Amino acid sequence: MLGNLIQQTVNALTIGSIYALIALGYTMVYGVLRMINFAHGEMFMLGAYVAFLVLSVLVGDVGMAGAIALTVAFLVAIFLVGFIGVGIERVAYKPLRNSTRLAPMLSSLGVSLSLVTGIQILAGPQPVAFPSFFPVVRYEVMGGTITSMQIGILVAAFVLMFGLYFLVNRSRIGIIVRAVSESRPTAQLLGINVNGAISMVFFVGPLLGAAGGILYASYYGIMSPSMGAVIGLKAFTAAILGGIGSIPGAMLGAFILAFVEVGGTALLPIVTHGVLGTEYRDVLTFAILILVLLVRPAGILGEAVSEESIVYKREF
Amino acid sequence: MSVAETLAAVRPRSSRAVAFLVFAIAIALIAATPFLPNYYIRVIDSLLIYILLGIGLNIVIGYTGLLDLGFVAFYAVGAYSYALLASPQLGLHLPFLLILLVAACLGAITGILLGIPVLRLRGDYLAIVTLGFGEIVRIIINNLDWLTGGPKGIARLDKASILGIQIARPVDFFWLLLVVVLLAGLVAWRLERSILGKAWAAIREDQDAARGIGINTTNAKLAAFATSATIGSIAGAIFGASQRFVSPESFTLQESVLIVLMIVVGGIGNILGIVAGAAILILLPEVLREFAEWRILFLGLLMIFLIIVRPAGIVPRSFGPDKLIRRLIGK
Repeated sequence: MLGNLIQQTVNALTIGSIYALIALGYTMVYGVLRMINFAHGEMFMLGAYVAFLVLSVLVGDVGMAGAIALTVAFLVAIFLVGFIGVGIERVAYKPLRNSTRLAPMLSSLGVSLSLVTGIQILAGPQPVAFPSFFPVVRYEVMGGTITSMQIGILVAAFVLMFGLYFLVNRSRIGIIVRAVSESRPTAQLLGINVNGAISMVFFVGPLLGAAGGILYASYYGIMSPSMGAVIGLKAFTAAILGGIGSIPGAMLGAFILAFVEVGGTALLPIVTHGVLGTEYRDVLTFAILILVLLVRPAGILGEAVSEESIVYKREF
Repeated sequence: MSVAETLAAVRPRSSRAVAFLVFAIAIALIAATPFLPNYYIRVIDSLLIYILLGIGLNIVIGYTGLLDLGFVAFYAVGAYSYALLASPQLGLHLPFLLILLVAACLGAITGILLGIPVLRLRGDYLAIVTLGFGEIVRIIINNLDWLTGGPKGIARLDKASILGIQIARPVDFFWLLLVVVLLAGLVAWRLERSILGKAWAAIREDQDAARGIGINTTNAKLAAFATSATIGSIAGAIFGASQRFVSPESFTLQESVLIVLMIVVGGIGNILGIVAGAAILILLPEVLREFAEWRILFLGLLMIFLIIVRPAGIVPRSFGPDKLIRRLIGK
């Protein structure tokens, strides 16, 4: 029983940390642009595909092998996806910055559709086996099984999240991004390079999302062009649950969501005596989201600011 | 340059000619459809269903300014109403018109059920809750095997008939859908001009100010959700009757998003825009069939391009059906 509990907790933490990496991208973009970036799930998917490509080049053409190749592939892939993110912002969202709020969101839907189809054309629509980025060793902890892969994912995710924490709270770039997020017009009046800050957000967000994608594909040993849509939706739900625009909120929301999912899978059939099976897990997730939003309409850690201060342009 | 810009730029007399041309093309298309091969009629049927869905969703998004990403739930309610009440699944075989009425009522009820929890939410939070609602409905349909048949869906639905006239061929559905779309379009357009429509516009522009001048925003929003859901549900029932098969696959989040896109690409808040948006997003993939998945890539890029070039849509809100008619009769 205790072993099972430990094992499920570690499962939830692993999934939660991957959700958190993606949710951060949603929340940061929302923070500066008040825009839901529907293409963000695709950064997650691109991360896995780019890492796969880089790895096959490193192993096949350069002759690199082992842990070095994996580390290099991981780093090259996340930075590449970061630059792709910046490029997409320039082309598809920047021209719409002074348009209605719905316009960039739908442009991001177009980006999402194009990226998924593009990958389908290039790599085929079928799922592809993904190499494991961590050696798989099983540890028995008080009757529960924990793999070294889970520990590796947790460590990698937490290193990235602490990196983000320092970037946002302790660096000059972080101050600029926070200022723009607080109020873009004011930041602009103070001479802050708003475009630079937005580019920064569109670099860091996809970078974290890509890292999440690589870790996820590595965890399940598989990647597919549609993986971004499914997990992106989960991470987006997590960001909203925590309070979109809030960085700690995104992490909190992600872990809550992961625990609800893992707990729901384990407990739903038992609690309801088999009436509701594990397939109702997502119903439980969304039901909890709706309940939380009924009590706190701006999410758990979201600021309950008045509408005027958030919306400086028309909604639609 | 779009139709609307062309119309605005040229002198009144030639703009009248353009309006006349638009009507002439529309009538010619309608008149020609029955003589086309069945495959093309089916495509046009599905175009009309999407226009109907667009008209319904536009009431919430375009008129009231609430982003609803779970519209497909109402479509599903309608389709499954027909599937359950006119198939061997439950052994019920009710007449088509009665089911339409039931579907409309069920749609309105689900619309209000969704409307109540989201009344307090704004903007993007509303979007995610409606999205969650749509997903919940789909997952429940997918798993309630004893009632809905689960992922396999319900097959062998009855052939529809209205007052003894059987509606089974694509052409029959074309005429039925044409009438329903025209009716729904007329209702939506008149509603927009009514006092309720003005309350919706006030909520869209500034919710707090709307409340300040004494508009009951709660009731107005619920009315928007209920009307929109009713239209969506009717579209679903007709869809069920025309396919004679329903399964959860037709009611995914992608469908909701497609309808939203149709509205925004075409022209938010404008029925003419919805027709234009639906024509592009539904017909283009059919026209470009031979290019397989490349057409989807092209569609994605076209979407980005259209939104950047015309953020207010192909036919902007200001150019409504009344403008077109006024141009035609020369006032």
